[in-house]
Amino acid sequence: MSEMFSVQIRDGRLRARPSFLGKITGPVAYGDRVAVAARRGAWWRVATQDGREGWLHQSALTSKTIQLKAGTRDVRTGATEDELALAGKGFNSQVEAAYRRRHPGLDYTRLDRMAADRVSPEQMTAFLIEGELEPEGGRQ
Amino acid sequence: MKTANRRQFLHDAVRWSMAAGGLSLAPLLIHGCQSMGEVADVATAIGTASGTISEEQAASIRKGAHAVARSFEDFTPEQEYYIGRTVGAAILDTYPAYDAAGLNRYVNLLGQTLAAASDRPETFGGYHFLVQDSDDINALSAPGGLIFLTRGMLRCCRTEDGLAALLAHEIGHVQSKDGLRAIKQARVTEALTIIGIEGARHLGGEDLAKLTQTFEDSISDITRTLIVNGYSRELERQADRTAVTLLQRVGYAPDALIDVLTVMGQRLVPGRPDFASTHPSPESRMAEVTGLIGPYSPVRRPAARQRRFDKAMAGV
Repeated sequence: MSEMFSVQIRDGRLRARPSFLGKITGPVAYGDRVAVAARRGAWWRVATQDGREGWLHQSALTSKTIQLKAGTRDVRTGATEDELALAGKGFNSQVEAAYRRRHPGLDYTRLDRMAADRVSPEQMTAFLIEGELEPEGGRQ
Repeated sequence: MKTANRRQFLHDAVRWSMAAGGLSLAPLLIHGCQSMGEVADVATAIGTASGTISEEQAASIRKGAHAVARSFEDFTPEQEYYIGRTVGAAILDTYPAYDAAGLNRYVNLLGQTLAAASDRPETFGGYHFLVQDSDDINALSAPGGLIFLTRGMLRCCRTEDGLAALLAHEIGHVQSKDGLRAIKQARVTEALTIIGIEGARHLGGEDLAKLTQTFEDSISDITRTLIVNGYSRELERQADRTAVTLLQRVGYAPDALIDVLTVMGQRLVPGRPDFASTHPSPESRMAEVTGLIGPYSPVRRPAARQRRFDKAMAGV
């Protein structure tokens, strides 16, 4: 049986090739369980539970089970803290909201706009080509 | 309050709170979490030997005590993200954003391309970059990948390779979680134990208040380090090493880091609350970097690369 991992980032993206320059073939969400079918360095080929396949960088994955909601007993049975991460535990949106009430002058809307700026693989490739940049491993 | 005055005020406030916080935290630091585990071992041994507690109870107490021996590495990427957002908000409070859409887009193209080549390319919310409207020479990174640099810092760059060197240094701090390392151990322990594994997703009033205070204190630890004290020399050395690696991986000349440090050496004013007071001197960093990359060779300037750099920098 292949090893199972969980997506530990908010907006994971499956890629057609083991590279950030690889085309994005679909999303994976925080907490999704994936089976690792092959590894090429830090890039792992994974299969989602709904049957999709693609490459993810290992930094997007954890061996822990990420439990999205408290109280769902099935994944928690017998699990220790080393095996399980509770999403939303500790410093979370609720704590941020409480902090913001204490500091109403802080501007989070500019941060939200900043975080919306994402570079696609196609834009990254075009940037490298235009700049005559030859990354290790090539532009593929 | 004028920006400059407010900055000085923040600076002073942070220094003051550092002095106060340092005193009150001292006992907590002495009785760090490692020793709590050891104390529990001794106490439970005495307890079981004297028959006061059962072996089962002792095991449970020992487990609990050792469970708190945790480090900043135990923050999940999601928690790192929430810490980083508020540190980012504090950084934006120090210097406002410089809203030049073309420039910020260019810095993101460059920065996100470099981050993709790092050893930790995926963080919970990803790497994002923003220019700040200040003549101070400063660049700051919040945990999780929110990276800021001032117009004054941009002016120290003559080439895209130089700007890449600056951004790669900041990515190095994010990759090594240097921001999280700045949180005092006692607070890390507190934060990670307020809610155990059985904790609810929604916190009750008292727990929320406690956790919010710990959050606030953790943010102060980080911003104090970023804005006032700086990281240790070793962490800066490590960030420069990562910068050299990233530049080489993407195809930039690592010598560009020397170029930028040279300009910084000419422009930094000793004592100013920017890179001058939070980083080792440019001269000492140059010596270290030269040790890594060998003798300096001038940075090549391919026409299209230099053109897009000059275009983005117009008005800076």
